[in-house]
Amino acid sequence: MPPRTRRFSPATTGRAPRDRAVRRPRNTIPAALAPTATYPNLRRTLLAALTLAGLGLLVFAGAASADLLTPESGGSPNADDIDTLYKIVLVLAFIIFFAVEGVLVYSLVKYRHRKGAVAAQIHGNTRLEIGWTVGAAVLLVVLGGVTFAMLGDIRNPPDSDAAGYDGPGVVQVANAASGDRQPPNGKSLRIQVNGQQYLWRYTYADGDDNRLNNVFSYTDMVVPTGTTVTLEIKAQDVIHSWWIPELGGKFDAVPGHTNYTWFKVPADKAGTTFRGQCAELCGRNHANMLANVRAVTPEEFEAWLAGKKRAIETGNRDVVEQRKQLFPTEEDQVTEDSAVNPTP
Amino acid sequence: MAVVDTTAQSTTGVPQVLASKVERPSEGWTSWVTTTDHKKIGIMYIVTTLVFFVLGGIEALMMRLQLGAANNTLLSPEVYNALFTIHGTTMVFLFVVPIMAGFGNYFVPLMIGARDMSFPKLNALSFWLLLSGGIVFYASIFFSPPEVAWTAYAPLSGAAYSPSGGVDAWIFLVHLTGLSSLVGAVNFYATIAHMRAPGMGWGRMPLFVWTILIYAILLILALPVIAGAATMLLTDRHFGTTYFVPGQGDPLLWQHLFWFFGHPEVYIMVLPAFGIISEVLPVFARKPIFGYKAIAAATVVIAFLGLLVWAHHMFTTPSPSVVLIFFMLSSFLIAIPTGVKMFNWIATLWRGTIVFKPPLLFAAAFLSLFLIGGISGIFLAIFPIDWQLHDTYFVVAHFHYVIVGGAVFAIFSGLYYWFPKMTGRMPNERLAQISLVTMYVGFTMTFLIQHSLGLDGMPRRIYEYQDIGNLELYNQISTAGSFVLGIGIFISFYNFIRSLKKGAVAGPDPWLANTLEWFTPSPPPQNNFDEVPRVRSIEPMKDIRRQVERQSGIVSDDREPARS
Repeated sequence: MPPRTRRFSPATTGRAPRDRAVRRPRNTIPAALAPTATYPNLRRTLLAALTLAGLGLLVFAGAASADLLTPESGGSPNADDIDTLYKIVLVLAFIIFFAVEGVLVYSLVKYRHRKGAVAAQIHGNTRLEIGWTVGAAVLLVVLGGVTFAMLGDIRNPPDSDAAGYDGPGVVQVANAASGDRQPPNGKSLRIQVNGQQYLWRYTYADGDDNRLNNVFSYTDMVVPTGTTVTLEIKAQDVIHSWWIPELGGKFDAVPGHTNYTWFKVPADKAGTTFRGQCAELCGRNHANMLANVRAVTPEEFEAWLAGKKRAIETGNRDVVEQRKQLFPTEEDQVTEDSAVNPTP
Repeated sequence: MAVVDTTAQSTTGVPQVLASKVERPSEGWTSWVTTTDHKKIGIMYIVTTLVFFVLGGIEALMMRLQLGAANNTLLSPEVYNALFTIHGTTMVFLFVVPIMAGFGNYFVPLMIGARDMSFPKLNALSFWLLLSGGIVFYASIFFSPPEVAWTAYAPLSGAAYSPSGGVDAWIFLVHLTGLSSLVGAVNFYATIAHMRAPGMGWGRMPLFVWTILIYAILLILALPVIAGAATMLLTDRHFGTTYFVPGQGDPLLWQHLFWFFGHPEVYIMVLPAFGIISEVLPVFARKPIFGYKAIAAATVVIAFLGLLVWAHHMFTTPSPSVVLIFFMLSSFLIAIPTGVKMFNWIATLWRGTIVFKPPLLFAAAFLSLFLIGGISGIFLAIFPIDWQLHDTYFVVAHFHYVIVGGAVFAIFSGLYYWFPKMTGRMPNERLAQISLVTMYVGFTMTFLIQHSLGLDGMPRRIYEYQDIGNLELYNQISTAGSFVLGIGIFISFYNFIRSLKKGAVAGPDPWLANTLEWFTPSPPPQNNFDEVPRVRSIEPMKDIRRQVERQSGIVSDDREPARS
């Protein structure tokens, strides 16, 4: 059979494979593929980069606080549980990370091209492939199991401490909505959180359905320690998201919907202010929509609540007085409640 | 009429009528405007999307500058909000998704032994639609750019809270690029289904072609949903409908519709990147791909599961438990085929003889970085953990590891791999190495620390922050890293432009690659193949080289034992 190499030459080029092959001596690879003299350099560079990265990581680990690798926690049991769950996943993640990156780097170094080396012509290995598929699946089943085991503690609020606050504002929610989880004894300090461009408004429950005479505050929420606080999260304009990292996860405030969460600040955290801010883009001043939760002792809270109630009542009266002076004919249209509380 | 040799050992092509009429090829810039040649269209796609990549990168650097100091006053909140909206939209709709179409345009016909796409004129149409979408969107910066993030959540994107035309420009971009991608996807599907070389069954199709096929199917499934949702938003804004208006419609409906498209979009971006990696690794490890069928099957499974995980973007919304649990478990499931791919790629390197050329360097970087993006995804899939991490810089870090560490490093691997084919010149290796190391270091500086930023309590999309904890320090590391990353990318671009003229002449098959595009000269002639070879395996070029050796008695490289 006559040589037919021309048939297989790249179309319309004068440069047939035969020519190319002839020009190269036996047992070498084409110029474009030849290992360049930079290999030792490359290895040195890689080694230096890895050492640097390792050192950098150590410096960071030393300099940075504990939140370099884990979420914030410490203000509430649900935040602590999420932190624990995160750490369990983190350990597994590090094991997978180092194992896979290790094999990758090992393969890259060990099997780099050497003179005379021949690549193994392996197309696959069914057993091995089934093995790692099942392995990955088992790992995820474990993760799922751990998550479900911890889910109850993260989502279900506990009862308030015996020394917790149990005065005005603590209510039992009748016919709670499906997402509105209540502590076993049903009693919690109930606060309605209302997101609006670019403020958070907190309305403290007072046991009746009239929301016009409730104690409320903006931006700074004051809560008693040792007391379960349940939140009813709403929005009145665009979507916002309630997030105080140390008090647990974030929950979106969606207009037309109500979202629920809870927290319970431990007794020894009285006097702490937990910082947070809106976590869902809500417009130009989204970055400035801050929220603070100040934990105080139950006694201080009772006093604060009473003081706030008085201040609001005084304020309402003053406004009514002022309006009477400004608009004498409209006085009967202005009630104390609607003066300061336009949006319940 | 040629005699067709159908014996098993033959790579003889099937005789075909090549041309009934020869037209004078047009030259100059009009040849680009009027072309229906898939290679010219592919190059226009790649160049256009890279220009948008540079624009998106400049926007990113501006944002990083603003965040370089706590309480910075460099940018106003409206400019900052516009920047992240344009940055995200650009990178998704005008860079990563369409550059994959660019690679697909240029290389799918070549890899399957076709002379063009099924519908060359539709192909040109999809490019011009893409470009007009980009122009419509970017024109808005001269009027009132959108400030609602690339997700355009209602009611913020409604007429009441965003009355200016910016959101409308965004909607038109979604429509125009969506139409472009849909037309392109139909074309890819038809081309791949009907125009493969003789002998190329589904089981011998290159893995890049597999991923482009799945990319096309996902686009066809997902794009109509966002097109519909964007139209509903448009009628809400201007014609009094209330689909997403609280009380009458529901803002959460927008999120469901958006993410029903948005999550498959992630796989639309990353699956073709997987395809590039699956082509590059075996060529430079000088070893067949490990587990071809498993990788192809994993692509299909990822795409299917990718349609069932959308609400994991909505774990913090008021949603029933069953929804949270379903979407956590479905997101877990998708880790399995992704892990399978990762293991198969590493097994492809195992016992190979790895040649560290630029495409392999970028592919190796892809493997090491994408792994981190995959692992951080597991944290986010567990919904109680997501309650802490959602909408923070942890998520920003996660998806940049997936889309930059994953897709963009793969795109660079592909650019270096195919540059000789597209231009006929070799890129400079030294510059490629410097670029890789700079990009790798810059990327890690920028995004690794952002995990900690999120854990430390910094939400996304804020134009300023107070210096609480280590926020300012972490942000400064990230900002410094972003400029290193920018320099690394710039070096590669310089390399490409320089090599157009100064690069060594590549020849048809400089890498000793496996697939049919390397059977043609570099760059390929307009008709691609004078004769389409018969395909006998997933590595037709290896067969062709082997047959040349057998018939000539000359061994062309040191991978094969000499035959007598």
